[in-house]
Parts: sequence; structure tokens; C-alpha cells
Amino acid sequence: MTEIPSKTKTGLISPTRRGALKTLAAGAGAAATMPLWARYTSAQSAAPIKIGFGKHATGIGAAYGRWYERTSVAALAKINAEGGINGRPVELVTEDDGTDPRRAAEVLEKFANQSDCDVAFGTLFSHVVVGAAPRAGELKLPYFVVSEGHHVASGMLNRWTLQPGITDVKSQISAMAPFLTGTLGKKVTMIYPDYAFGYDHRDNLAPAIEAAGGEVVAKIAIPPTETSFTKYFPQIPRDTDVIYHVMIGPAVLTFVKEMGEFFGPSRPEIFGFIDSLEATDLTSPGLEFLDGTYFWEGNPRYLQADAPDYVKAYRDAVGLDENGASVSDPSDVSTSAHMFGCWETLHIIKAGMEAAGYQSTADRQKLVEAVEVMSMMEAGPAHPQGTKMFNGKTHQVFGPQYISKVEGGKLSVVKTVPYEETIYPDEVDYTSMSF
Amino acid sequence: MDFGPYLLLAMLEGAVLAAVLALMASGLSLVFGVMRVVNVAHGEFYMLGAVMAWVVTQFLAGLGGGAAVNFIAAAVLAPLIVCAIAAAADVTILKRLDYDPERVIVATIGLLYVIQQATLMGYGPDARPVVAPFNQRIALPWFEFGENGFQMYYPWGLSTTSYKLFVIVAAVVLLFALRLFMTRSRAGLVMRATQLDRDMATAFGIPVEKVYALVFGAGAALAALAGVLIVPIQQAHYLMGGDALLLSFIVVIIGGLGSLAGTVVAAVIIGMSDGIISVFFTPTLAKIIATLAVALVLVFRPQGLFGVKTR
Amino acid sequence: MSRKDLTLHLGLVALLFALHFILPAYHHGIFARVMVLAVYAVGYNIAFGYTGLLSLGHAMFFAAGMYGMGLVSYHFGVPALPAWFVGVACAAALAFVVGLLALRTQDVSFMIVTLMFAQAAYLIILYFSEVTRGDDGFVIPGALRAIGPFDLSDEGTRYIVAWILFSTALLFSLWLVRHPFGRVLVALRENEERARLLGYDTGRRKLASLVISGTISGAAGAAYAGLFGYVGGSFAGVQYSIFALLWVLLGGAGTVLGPFIGTLFMFYLIDLATEVTEAYMLIAGVVLVLLTLFAPQGIVGEIRRRLWKDLP
Repeated sequence: MTEIPSKTKTGLISPTRRGALKTLAAGAGAAATMPLWARYTSAQSAAPIKIGFGKHATGIGAAYGRWYERTSVAALAKINAEGGINGRPVELVTEDDGTDPRRAAEVLEKFANQSDCDVAFGTLFSHVVVGAAPRAGELKLPYFVVSEGHHVASGMLNRWTLQPGITDVKSQISAMAPFLTGTLGKKVTMIYPDYAFGYDHRDNLAPAIEAAGGEVVAKIAIPPTETSFTKYFPQIPRDTDVIYHVMIGPAVLTFVKEMGEFFGPSRPEIFGFIDSLEATDLTSPGLEFLDGTYFWEGNPRYLQADAPDYVKAYRDAVGLDENGASVSDPSDVSTSAHMFGCWETLHIIKAGMEAAGYQSTADRQKLVEAVEVMSMMEAGPAHPQGTKMFNGKTHQVFGPQYISKVEGGKLSVVKTVPYEETIYPDEVDYTSMSF
Repeated sequence: MDFGPYLLLAMLEGAVLAAVLALMASGLSLVFGVMRVVNVAHGEFYMLGAVMAWVVTQFLAGLGGGAAVNFIAAAVLAPLIVCAIAAAADVTILKRLDYDPERVIVATIGLLYVIQQATLMGYGPDARPVVAPFNQRIALPWFEFGENGFQMYYPWGLSTTSYKLFVIVAAVVLLFALRLFMTRSRAGLVMRATQLDRDMATAFGIPVEKVYALVFGAGAALAALAGVLIVPIQQAHYLMGGDALLLSFIVVIIGGLGSLAGTVVAAVIIGMSDGIISVFFTPTLAKIIATLAVALVLVFRPQGLFGVKTR
Repeated sequence: MSRKDLTLHLGLVALLFALHFILPAYHHGIFARVMVLAVYAVGYNIAFGYTGLLSLGHAMFFAAGMYGMGLVSYHFGVPALPAWFVGVACAAALAFVVGLLALRTQDVSFMIVTLMFAQAAYLIILYFSEVTRGDDGFVIPGALRAIGPFDLSDEGTRYIVAWILFSTALLFSLWLVRHPFGRVLVALRENEERARLLGYDTGRRKLASLVISGTISGAAGAAYAGLFGYVGGSFAGVQYSIFALLWVLLGGAGTVLGPFIGTLFMFYLIDLATEVTEAYMLIAGVVLVLLTLFAPQGIVGEIRRRLWKDLP
């Protein structure tokens, strides 16, 4: 086991003998309690680099967790095939965090102290990120989240928590607002989950729409555990031009279906965040009415006609068919708009470790600093979603956003907003904080 | 939307919820009435009903069955399967606890996790849809006295679906059948006899243990049936039992533990008010009011709003 | 208090202190967490194990402590120690109010009333999300997480603070059950009618028991917020009420050591189960069923039954 970096803060009792005894105990303890692979670890420089992956395998985030894992495994296979990181192979150490903040914090401890991971990575749901991030800071463990929450860029977290592989809701909304007011209509009603991720939408949409010359006429919050939705729809004002919806959780299909049943033939324009239908087949019964509506996509689900080769390579590696479902099971639809973030984040970890000359867990701080100085990330095999710009001060990346239209049960991209149009002023400077 | 049509829509939605709740809660109430135990795993039987409906329809669709046939098969098979599981749990667990009320609650909490997590292992964490046997959107008219006298028009958004209406009708029919069964059939008589006096029933040669296993199974089957009916509207998901359990607790307590008629009335009140309160308040506030109301009913009127004080 | 009792419990306290120096980092962290959660279980045990009040809503007291502490530090910048006292006071006040109402009921009704109050408390946390940050929860600013010069986010300090809290709770509960007041509680559990006929004001004693129990649970919640830096709605959910019941039942209801043993055992059981299956809560369910069937007395309870008759 590797010693954790020496403490800089005052300990109530500094365990001086602990280091020595711990090594003894660890040797004995590790053999008995550690998973098999861990018994082979040694200080050799050829030992694999371990990436702790907090997977939402159970709880409300489960559909995402499955695809996050597949994407990460595919990305690491590619990285390993290309020689690993600094010539060392890379391993994924997966632990279920139950989509639960307390468990996620414990999982980070496990990564840092037991399975000896170099970094932690992969959390999506924002309450899990918020619950786990303080532990990452205390453990001095670089924590790469793939969450799209605004929590990182808002300055709420700490220097060890970064989001370099996926854009945040605030920038997504500022990219969508001009399209909504310009193409669909000025009066917008928003429907969002009554939960933190929904608040990012609630707080940022109205200013963005007003800046684009429109108006949010109603905001309808729905609890994330709700299972029936029709009773909420009458709150939609009659003069609404556009419905803006973003839902999350297991009941998303019901939500969209009941919205269709409510409006029948006389619907307003509808614009949704694909979160409302991630991992859901667009040809499911009841979704016919979505034809002609629009969606934000973080990354196109369906293979577009003009897709470059590196996008095809990415999709093949992950195992996606042209409808964005699993090649082995066409009814197993991916979370395409989010999971690319895992792929890109792992490539950024690789780039960061190589720039920092990363050797061991003692170099974790160097890794964070190396990522903080990154800026442009050109579209390509490492960044299939598109060209991005990382802001080291806010630890947040900005990237292109896609607007797609449902046509014949498929999503076709109608507009791509480049990263330049999604940038907003900094709200924090993490680089001025101590480690 | 205008207030009148809005209210009608909320009531229709409330009626669907009330129908499902009444079925589910009457199962809970039946078990409590006869066996004097609270089954905390009741919500999981509801979930199992929905999941089994998916399994059955999926299996039959593989054989090439039509949506309607598959659904009918699911509505018959799923409750039977769940009934068998519950009866087995009764024989292996509850009987050994001698139906001690507190220990049964703890054991059924354990059972809750076992069923829920076993479902997670076997069925997975996804929400999966079951195709409704029929599902036409029905736009509803609204009447108004205007300048031109009495007018009928179709307001924006005022609609329901044929399947939702079917759920309401089906629940009413099933509840009537349940009532007839309890009052007219010999099996119902035996159950009521056991409920009134267990020792006396034993003395008269009623196989009380078998009755208990059957009652526990039947209670679970009612929950499963509610699950089958709801699954074409929502989807089957391994965590769906939690909220349903809480709601049926609320219904059973307000209706008076063990009283079937009270349960149905309470289901209508809770279902309707859930729809209508959400017209005026946010859903979270509506739930806070409902849970606090239940606690206070139990504190100040333990026999329930409609129950009669016994002894 | 017999010498043997004292030796045993002081022995555990000393052992936990010694473990601070020898445990490897990961297990050192787990023990710190388990000690805080065991304080919650110790609190639950006073109501359930010793007084026979089977509550299904103790998460509300844990959460009252956690949010009482967390909200004053998050919104008003109150440092950890005074904020902890605020959290404890909140839990005590809530336990008093809930007790006044819920103790009018008994048995199954009491279980359901406490369950409903706890559910309402959870929903209230979600409803006032502007203040509480709802499901998402919030992070207590690092600068406030210190007592004097000692930084609570330091692993060593955290362990020692958890150890002090746990030792206090453990020895308090040992003292309580050997005190005449504690004996009356046990009499209440065994036969409330008889206790009443003997002239005890059973209502007041049950209320006192519930308030003590809720206060200790709240102390654990507040300490959790301070030591681990996160406050979130999931801690108020029904699962956390069930956890307390599970830990106490597993360790042995109505034993002083039971809550700690149960918490520790369950923690490692689940931690190991996650390596085998995603459905690790299955283990919790199976354990609950098996316990009620075969060992309703729990681990320590069985030891008492078979080996050591007057174990407290």
C-alpha cells in the first residue's frame, strides 16, 4: 500500500508510529481483505494506473451507470491498445455508489485508501457529486466528475474536483435560448424536476431566454419520484408558444407519453433536453407525437450522415448501432448525450498524467495542476463530441451543443452551436485556492 | 386552462389513482383485518405484479401473441405467481413468528428488501413499459352558458385515454367481486370467522394456518393486480413499491384498519385529493399534508375516520 | 455498577483508542464513521431496546441534528462546536414534540405514527429546498469545520472526535441502564400496566426516554455533518430509520454493546457484499428476516442468553 501524502494540517494526535505499524498491518490485512488483483500491486513503475469509477449501478441513476461503464471500459481498451499512460497499463476499479451521496463518499475512501486508485472518476447525479466532493478534497484525490451539473463551475466544490469532459447545464442553456426564441417562439413554459439538477435549469433558463428576447411564462416543478404527470399539464398557460421540458429518473417515458396524450393533435412547439428520454427508445409506444419536436443533445444519439471517421470509431468502440442502441441488444438504448463525457475525461486524464510526468499517487497534485493549464481540445479520436475549451479557473469545459429534430422516429441534428457561444463569465477561481 | 375543465381533468386522474389504491389498500386491509399484522412488504408485491406483467407479456410476445391477449394472460398469471410467493413467505416466515405484530413488521421490512433487491438482480434497474391492450385518446367536451346560451366545446388538453377509463371500471368490478366473495362465499365466511375469533375458529375445525396463508397470498395478489393494471400507464421499475406502500398505508389508516368499505372510501378521498390538491398546491406540500394528517388521525382517532371504535 | 461491566466497556473504549494507531487507512476511516453511526444506534437502543418503543422514524432526529448543525454553519457561519450544540438542541426539541403526540399511541400505531412524522420531516426538507438545498444537500465550508486549532477534516482528529463522542454515549447508556430510572424503563418495556400500578408515571418516563433517545441520535447526526462535511436529504429518508432498527436488532436490542457491534458488523457485511453483487441491500433484508426468525436477541443478546447472564 502506498502511504497517503503527509499531513499538512494539525492532527489532534499525530500518529507517529502509525506509519510503521500500518505498513505491517496493511501487509497482513491487504492479503486477506483485498480483491485479487490488488495483491499483485507493488511499487514497480509498470504497475497499472488505477482509475476508481463510482458507478450508479443501483438507485435512480442505474441506466446511466451501465452506459458510463461501457464507455469507460471501451475508452480504456483504446488507451491501453495505444500504449497506456506513460507506458503503464490502465485499469478501471468499479464500485457501485448506489446513486447515494453517503455511499459515494465511502467509495472515494475505498478508492484512495484501500484499492489504491490514482484518481476517482465518473459520477453523474449532482447530489452524489456534492456529497462526495468534500471527501475528495480531504483525501487529496483528483475527482473527475461527468455530471453536467453547474456545481463545479459555481465554486461550491474544491480544487480537487474537475469537470473537463462534459459541459454544464448553464452553458447548455445559454446555447439553446437563441434557438428557442428565434425559431420556435417567444413565450416559454418550462417543466423541470424539483431537484438540484432541475434548479440549474430553473435558475438559468429565464435570464437566458430574456436575453434572447423571449419570456418564461410558467415554471412547473415535478418531484423526481413522481409517476403520473397529467395533473401537472393544465398549469401550462394557453398562450405558450414553446414547451421546454427536462425530466430525469425512471418515469421519463411516462412523462413524455402523458404529455402527448394531454395535447393530442393541438400541441405547441416542444423543445426538450434529451435527459427526458435518455436510455429510452424513441419508437416506444406513445411517443409518436414527438415527431417534429426538438431536443438538445450533448452528443447525437443517431449516427448522422456527415459523421467524421473518429465519431464512427468511437461508436464502434463503445458498441453502438446507428440508432444509438447496443449492437447486441437493439432495445438497450444508450445515454448517448452524456456518456461521451467518460470517454473524453479518460483521455484528458491520460493527457494530464503524461504532461505531469505522473509516477505515483504522490503526483496527484501535479496532475490537477496539469489539467488546470489545459485549454483547447480539438475534435478527434480523443474528443469525438467536438472541439472544446477547458477553463482551468472554473474547472469546467465548454463544448459544442447539438439541436436535433425528431423525424420518423429518429433524431437528426439541425443545428450545432459552437463552444464559443456557450461561454459565460467565471464565477470562481479554483486555482487561487490551496490544495 | 379554465378552472372547470382543469378540475375535471384532476378528478379523472385522481379517479385512476383512487382505483389502483383501492385495490392495493384493500389487500393490505384484508391481511390486517384477518391476521392482525401489518405487511410492510405490500408495496413490493405491487411492484412484483407490474414486473411479472412485463415478464409474461414479453414472453408471450416472443411467441407472437397480440397485445390484448398478452395483457389478459398477464392479468391472470401475475397475481397468481405473486400469491404463491406471498403464501410461501407466510408459511416460512410469518407462521414461525406466531404472527407477533411487531416482529412481523420487522420481518416484512426484511422481506421488502429481499424482494426488491432480488428483482434488481433478476430484472435489472430499468423502467420497462408494457403495451396497453388498447389506448385511444378521448377528448372530453365541456359545457358552458355563454351569450348564445348553452354551448358545448372541447377545451385544450381536456382528455383521457380509453385505458385509464378501463382501469377505473376494472377496479370497481373487482372490488364488488371481492365484497361478494367475502360476504357470500364459504371461503369468505371462513375468513371472517377467523378474523372474529381465531381460537373459536380452530375449535370449529377451520384450518387457521391454511386460511392465514391464503389470506396473505390473496392480499398480495390484490396488490399485484393493482400493479398489472397500472403498468401500461406507468412502467415497471424495481423501486416503484415505496411510494405505493406509503399511499396505501395512508388509505388504510384513514379508512380504519381492517375495514374494507372504509378503505375504498378513503382511497377515493386520497386519490381525488391528490389530484385536486395538486391543482392548488405543489405536490410535495400535498404529500406533507397527507402524511401529517395520517399521523394525527392515528393519534387522535385511532379507529380511523370511518372506523367504529371496537371494545 | 459492577466492576466487570465497567471493565468490559472501558475495555472496548480503550481498544478503539488503540486501534487509532494501528488500523490501516481505509479501516481507520470506516471505524471513525461506524463510531458516529453507532452513536445513532445507541440513541435508538434507548427507546427501542430499553423502553420498548419501536420507532420507525428515528431518521428525523438524526436529520434534525444534522440540519440544525449544518444550516447554522452554512447560512450564518457558526463554527463547528456551537453549531453542534444547536443541532443537538433541535433534535431534543423535535423529539419532545413528536413524543408528546406519538406517545398517545402504542405498538403498531406508534410505529406508523413515527414513520409518518419522519416522512413528513423528509418531505419538509425537500419542500424548503431554497434553504436546505433539498436532495442535493450542501457542503459545510471547510473553514468552519474545526474545533479551536483542530481541523475536523483531518483523519486523525476525526477519529479521535468520533471516539470521544462514542465513548461518552456508550458510558452514558451504561450508566443510564444501571440507574433506577433506566430500570423503570425496562419495567415499562416488560409490562407497562404493572409499572403503572406500581405508581410510576409511565407517560412522563416514556417521553423522557424518547427525548434522550432522540437527542443522542441528533448528536450523531450533527457530528456526522461536522466530521464528514456533507448535509443531505437522503439521511432523512426512511432507509435511515430502518438502518437504526437493523443495527440495534443485529447487535442486540437492550444491550449496551449491541448497537456498536451491530453497526460495525453490518457495515463490513455490506462493504464486502458490494464486491459480490450490486444488490447488496439484499444482504440487509436477509439478515433482518433471519434475525427475527432465529436470533431475535441479536449477537450480544445471544451472548447474554448463553454465556453471560447479567451483561448490561
